Amino acid sequence: MTPLFWRESFIVFRRQIRMNLRNPAWVLIGVLQPVLYLVLFGPLLKPLVAQFDLPTDNPYTFLVPGLLVQLGMFGAFFAGFGLIAEWREGVVEAERVTPASRTALLVGRLMRDLLQLLVQALILIGLGFWMGMRAPFAGVVVGVVLTLCVGGACAAASNALALTTKSEDVMAPLINMIMMPVLLLSGIMLPMTLGPSWLERISDFMPFRWITDAVRDTFVGDLGTSAMAWGVGWAALLFVLALWWGTNVFRKENA
Amino acid sequence: MIHARGLVQTFMTGQGKKKTEVHAVDGVDIDVAEGEVVGFLGPNGAGKTTTLRMLTTLLKPTAGTATVAGYDVVTQSQDVRRSIGYVSQAGSTFSSAIAGDEVMDHGMLYGMSRRDAERKGKELFEQLDLPGLWRRMPKNMSGGQKRRLDIAMGLIHEPNLVFLDEPTTGLDPQARANLWEHIAGLRAKQGVTVFLTTHYLDEADHLADRIVIIDKGRIVASDTSDNLKAQVSGDLVDLEVAGDEQIAVARDKLGSIAQGVEVEGRHVRGRVERAGRVVPGLLRDLDSGGVALDSIEVHRPTLDDVFLTLTGRSLRDADAASDAAGAADGESTDELEGATR
Repeated sequence: MTPLFWRESFIVFRRQIRMNLRNPAWVLIGVLQPVLYLVLFGPLLKPLVAQFDLPTDNPYTFLVPGLLVQLGMFGAFFAGFGLIAEWREGVVEAERVTPASRTALLVGRLMRDLLQLLVQALILIGLGFWMGMRAPFAGVVVGVVLTLCVGGACAAASNALALTTKSEDVMAPLINMIMMPVLLLSGIMLPMTLGPSWLERISDFMPFRWITDAVRDTFVGDLGTSAMAWGVGWAALLFVLALWWGTNVFRKENA
Repeated sequence: MIHARGLVQTFMTGQGKKKTEVHAVDGVDIDVAEGEVVGFLGPNGAGKTTTLRMLTTLLKPTAGTATVAGYDVVTQSQDVRRSIGYVSQAGSTFSSAIAGDEVMDHGMLYGMSRRDAERKGKELFEQLDLPGLWRRMPKNMSGGQKRRLDIAMGLIHEPNLVFLDEPTTGLDPQARANLWEHIAGLRAKQGVTVFLTTHYLDEADHLADRIVIIDKGRIVASDTSDNLKAQVSGDLVDLEVAGDEQIAVARDKLGSIAQGVEVEGRHVRGRVERAGRVVPGLLRDLDSGGVALDSIEVHRPTLDDVFLTLTGRSLRDADAASDAAGAADGESTDELEGATR
């Protein structure tokens, strides 16, 4: 992690941001889905949330953390599509003939994805507060950091997947295939504790379920729970694994 | 500048149990001296791009060694990358980014300061005939302009050695001629050593001091265009005989001075040394033998003849054959090379 590495990462990051700013609509389109859930699904939760046996009876304090994790996962999962387009036009190859660090080529892009995610998360949280969510500031900060961890992991995985498949036609169904079970078993819309015990046991094996629970705990200001420990552990582990995979793919000679 | 010995690249292709090992490059030796312009010629799928990707550190050789600009491509890849420019077939800039930004970012990834990258970039835009296009997006450029922009990207860090992969593929004749001038200028004005791949004969003929011919992953020849053509024995004389009954006479007459005489329809062809000296006599001979001609053509040997002599097939046939074989396998040779990207 030398100054040269950060310089190279920053060059890649700035280039990506410049292209994003030329087309800011995509940042808003990315946040549209969770906002729609918040506005159109949130009110449905209002009469139900009291029966969930949760530390909060505020539907938005329950829903916003789940939507944050969803944003972190799925927003970032689509980051790789941009990379396929760049690869097709020879940009990735052109960058790989420079002496720049291969890790920097990935990290610069991840920095863009994380900044984008941060902006989207702040929009979502701001809207949540406006609709009546209540959460302590420190908890929200920790929750956002966890979200960025998940987002970074998913973005790195998405970039790695993009350079491995090199085809939108392969990647789109693959992401859909991963998305459905992850979404259903993570308790993003409804808490997994509502279901029968067999379903809950299955969801125990879903890392994102623990992360969702952890972010939820941060939003009620409860930072000492076991879900919190599991969630932080999973988020850190996924982040490290995905970064390792992504760097490997960028380094590999036939990427 | 380049010394490669026994470069090999193999990879697996096909699906499931039908996997086969493909020797894309099968023991290639190449030497390029400083200041040379070398044309790397061969049909599609011959291993040109794969060789180039090994020399530019993008692909690790399965076997063999290569030093480029004085550094080993495997153990000193960073130094190689710093010293060379590479202009790939696929392009190098994003279609909806600003051309000048792309060039500057590229220079900065080579460690240049922002100011140096901008100064050198603008200088290259002038040299490469891209005035006023600094703020233009590549998608709004013509094919020729885009290729020149790619070359600017490859030259931003002032390398002494530039690799050009199929630089004029897909360009119209005017844009090609224009690009040729710029490529010739690289060496003439800037002293850059140029290694370019092409499957166009005229391109290799026009640009290169020396031509290296590759076929099926092996180097089959390496010499100047003139020397290569001298290997082909003689000029091709092509007679079109007016009447079918005269073909046999024409064949005998041509056969007395030419080698490898063949008949195809009413065409009688053969190779003779120094056509200018023997053709007048041949015409008198044919005339006195009662043979009337519809046409006569004399061809100087071309690089295609060289390829034919060396491999037993013409370059065009080799292209067509590799395309057909690719279609039968359910994948084109482009994809085969693409698999190594």
